[in-house]
Amino acid sequence: MEKIKVKICCGTSCFVMGAAQIQMLEFDPPADIKDKIEIEETRCMNHCHNTASKYNKGPFVEVNGELIEEANFEKVVNKIREILNQE
Amino acid sequence: MLIPKNNANQMRTRILVKIVEKFLQGRFADADRIPLELRPKGEPFSRCCIYKDRAILKYRCMASMGFAPEDETDELTSLKEYGEKALERSEHAPNKLAVITDACSACVKSRYMVTDACRGCFAQPCQVNCPKQAITIVNGRSHIDETKCIACGRCQEVCPYHAVIRVPIPCEEACPVGAISKDEFGKEHIDVEKCILCGKCLQSCPFGAVVEMSQIVDVIKHIHEGNKKVVAMLAPAVIGQFPGTINQLIGALKKVGFADVVEVAAGADVTTRNEAAEFIEKMENGEKLMTTSCCPAYCKAAEVHIPEIKPFVSHTKAPMYYTAEMLKKEQPDCVAVFVGPCLAKRIEAEKDPNVDYVLTFEEIGAMLVAGGINVMDCEPEDFAKISSAQSRRFPVSGGVAGAVASLVEGKADYKPTAINGLSKANIKLLKQYATKGCDFNMIEVMCCEGGCVAGPGCVALPKKSAIMVENYVKTGPNLKEMDE
Repeated sequence: MEKIKVKICCGTSCFVMGAAQIQMLEFDPPADIKDKIEIEETRCMNHCHNTASKYNKGPFVEVNGELIEEANFEKVVNKIREILNQE
Repeated sequence: MLIPKNNANQMRTRILVKIVEKFLQGRFADADRIPLELRPKGEPFSRCCIYKDRAILKYRCMASMGFAPEDETDELTSLKEYGEKALERSEHAPNKLAVITDACSACVKSRYMVTDACRGCFAQPCQVNCPKQAITIVNGRSHIDETKCIACGRCQEVCPYHAVIRVPIPCEEACPVGAISKDEFGKEHIDVEKCILCGKCLQSCPFGAVVEMSQIVDVIKHIHEGNKKVVAMLAPAVIGQFPGTINQLIGALKKVGFADVVEVAAGADVTTRNEAAEFIEKMENGEKLMTTSCCPAYCKAAEVHIPEIKPFVSHTKAPMYYTAEMLKKEQPDCVAVFVGPCLAKRIEAEKDPNVDYVLTFEEIGAMLVAGGINVMDCEPEDFAKISSAQSRRFPVSGGVAGAVASLVEGKADYKPTAINGLSKANIKLLKQYATKGCDFNMIEVMCCEGGCVAGPGCVALPKKSAIMVENYVKTGPNLKEMDE
């Protein structure tokens, strides 16, 4: 089975707003998803420059290409589980 | 227990970013929109309703501008007015932590309770073992009389069904010195005299009710007035706090408006030398014990709560002191801003005429975000003064004792230990060491478990930044081979 790709934006904005803490996925991932994810720390993905939103909705994380706004550890893990359950 | 990055402290970062944004956009003219922008209509809220959420956000904004909830004299005073007041003041807010009373959920006082798992058994070990006869059987189930319970925990220990749980009060549990306690209405209050500003309550309150008085507005005001050079002194724990290299971070902070950026690890070189010399001298004079002195939360704890250990605390100054001293010698008119992971550093800065302000990594992070500055895109610059490998390890537990060890080697018998995190238990241990003696002669004390990389003002994960710190250590020269 192909691993789920988790792209954590590590531009300064996302990092400061909480992406730093989502990196917990690398150190201490929940047991059920541990071997099923591939984590990539990316440079700024420019989502924060999208002026359509009234304020910065970072940190941004992409799970298999799907964008999560105002991401936190829980949101990302839930998204990963959702995808795992579909498969 | 400390909660890692969660909704409450993520919101604190957002507020700080908003405060800087509103300053940059119009000197706080629009500041009253912050609670609305952070809790927009139609989107999910926490607490009881969106309006309470916004009301609490206003208090949190006030704290980020340097006003305590109790500074409020008129509820109608707007954030714009608070912003203007903050820009007018010449002295920053008093250094303290405070509780937003309306955000404090007044957690239940009773610490032990019987859950549905109780089977109302025949043996009733809870009742038999309770030293205060606080347990009776009500409706076929054990019941704890709160007025009699002394929270000893015997009932929990003996229940074969694990039916008794302990409900802690997170802030009181986290505070190592008993500085936070309830009033008659169950709301928490912080005793400023007792508080060591470690920030553990702030990190552990699930309701985000504890706030610190920020100096961020005072610093950005100085930067934008442009009358004086504002210089950032980066604590050694800065490594790994932001993406990009430390050299790119210097470039980024210059873009924010800091005229110069210096490394506090350079001051740590002086601390290491002085502390090693002090240790050797003390041992030669027949003294039995010395403790480190660079953790300001520990120093205040020793002063107020552990008088037994006070005579053993090193008289050597912390790295911030020497860094600021060197800086003010070179640039007497600059505004010196210490940037670190620590809130307690603010107590130390109060007594240090060379340090003007103390910011956290989170706060300069907010300045970078509001300014739209991406560290990885910034031009790398070098520090004027290179720090040693030993001093670069100061922010991790064992780092300070290790640095001193490298200079003491062969000159005195060195038996170190590290107090990794100032908990209630470790405070007792320190008292014991001081009064009953111990097998060590050097105790390194760090209030935050893991060291400064786990401080309340950090952005990055402690585990991750500790790795980055170790990598940075490897690139530093050996202090023993450096000129004084």
